[in-house]
Amino acid sequence: MVSLKGDATLENISDYLLSVIDQLKDEAPLQPRWVEIPVRYGGENGPDLERVAHHTGLTPDEVIKRHSQGKYLVYFIGFSIGYPYFGGMDPSIATPRLDSPRIAVPKGAIGIARDQTGIYPLSSPGGWNLIGRTEMDIFNVDDPDSSAIRMGDHVKFIPVDG
Amino acid sequence: MSIRVIKPGLQSTIQDLGRHGYAHYGISASGAADCFSLRIGNLLVGNPEDSSGIEMTLLGGTYKFEDEAFIALCGSIFDATLDGKPIPWQKGFYVRAGQTLSVGPTINNARCYLAIRGGVDVPHYLSGKTTHVMSKMGGLNGRPLEKGDSIVIGDLSTVSQPVTIKELLKYDHAILRITSGIQSDWFSESTWEKFTSIPFTVSDASSRMGIRLTGNSIYSEKGNEILTEGIPLGGIQVPGGGDPIISFVEHQTTGGYPKIANVITADLCKVGQLKPGDEFKFQHVSIEEGERLRLEQESYIQSLRL
Repeated sequence: MVSLKGDATLENISDYLLSVIDQLKDEAPLQPRWVEIPVRYGGENGPDLERVAHHTGLTPDEVIKRHSQGKYLVYFIGFSIGYPYFGGMDPSIATPRLDSPRIAVPKGAIGIARDQTGIYPLSSPGGWNLIGRTEMDIFNVDDPDSSAIRMGDHVKFIPVDG
Repeated sequence: MSIRVIKPGLQSTIQDLGRHGYAHYGISASGAADCFSLRIGNLLVGNPEDSSGIEMTLLGGTYKFEDEAFIALCGSIFDATLDGKPIPWQKGFYVRAGQTLSVGPTINNARCYLAIRGGVDVPHYLSGKTTHVMSKMGGLNGRPLEKGDSIVIGDLSTVSQPVTIKELLKYDHAILRITSGIQSDWFSESTWEKFTSIPFTVSDASSRMGIRLTGNSIYSEKGNEILTEGIPLGGIQVPGGGDPIISFVEHQTTGGYPKIANVITADLCKVGQLKPGDEFKFQHVSIEEGERLRLEQESYIQSLRL
C-alpha cells in the first residue's frame, strides 16, 4: 500500500521506481520459519468441535487428527489486527460459519470457516467454528515485527492435553 | 497542563494523521476522518500539521480547562460556547484556567476538531497517536473519551507562530469525486451510469470503518466475490446486496468484494464529514485530475504558512 505525501504524483513515483529498479539487489529473502502451535482441542476450548464433526460426518477425534496433520502456510495477515490467513487445510473438515456470530471469541481460539482455518490473535467477535485454543501469543501488538507468526511462515498445530 | 472531560460527546477521540506502515499486520492507518480540518486546526494554533487533537462526532462534549491553553475549533460547525459565550471558528483563541468549553450538536456536517497548542500528550503507539477504535489501539487507552478523563497537553517545544485564515477552501459536499477501482470493469457501462447519476444516502450504520450507502443499489455483472485482496482507503466495495461501502480510516485491510471505484485523496476529508441521512452523487474523474485536485489542496495548506 502506498501513501502519498507532499507533491508526489503517479508520474514522479513511477519515474523514481524506474530509476532505482536497476540498482536493486537480491537480498536474502525473509526465511520462512516452521512454527509449532500447541492446541487444546475440544471441550470448553473447542465448543464447535461437535458441530464440525456432525457437519463433516467424521468423529471429533478424526477432525482433530485431520486438522493437526495439516501443514499450513501463512498467506497473509489481514482483515483485522494480527489475523493470520492459513492455506492448506484438509477440505474434508470444511464447515460453514456459524449462523449467528459470537459476541466475544477468546484470544487464541482456533476456528474453521468454510475451507479456511485461523487463530483469533485477540479477543473479538467472530463467527468461525471454534475447535480448539492455544495459549501461545501469536501476535505482539506492541512490536508486530517480533510476532510469533508472520507472512510466509509454515505452521503446524500440535495437540496437547487439557 | 490538562483538560478534564466533563461530558464526552457521542464519539470523541484523539486523532493525528494516522499510524502508517502496519497494514501488513492487519492494522489500517486510522487518523482524523477529516485530515484537512485537523491540519488546518494545527496551523491555527501553531502546531506541526500532524499534531494530535480531538475529533468530535455529531455531538461534541464538555471540556474544563484546568490550565490555560491556546486552542482552535475547525471542521464542521458545532453549537459551541466558552463559559456560555459564543466562540470564533477557524481561529485560534486563548482559554483561561478554569473555563469550560461546551460543544453541542453539529450545525452542518459530521465532525469538528479541537486543536490545542502543544497537541495532546498520549503515548506514541507504533507510528502514531491516533485512536483506532475498532482495534482498541492508540489514543487514550485505545478508546473514545469518557467522562472524567484527563487530557494532558503536549510539550510546546515544536510550536511556532499560529496562522490566520482569510478564506477557507470551499467544498461541494453534494459531490464525491472518484477514480476507477481495481474491479471497475466488473460493472457495465449502464451500471456505471446509474452509479454516477443517482444520489446515494449515507446509512446510520456508518462508522470510521466504513460509510454504508443506500438508495441506489448496483450489481456487478461478473459476480460479487473476488479472491481476498488489499483494500485502499476510500475504496468503494460493492457486496452482493448491492449497497456500496466506502472503506474509511479504520477499514479492514483486506476484503473479498469487488471495488468499483476509489474516492480521490482530495475528497477523503469530505467523506469524514458525511453524516447519516446526507445525500450526494459520485462523479468520475481521471487519475490526473485527482492528482491536480490533491496538489491544489496541498498548495492551499502550504499558502497558509507563508
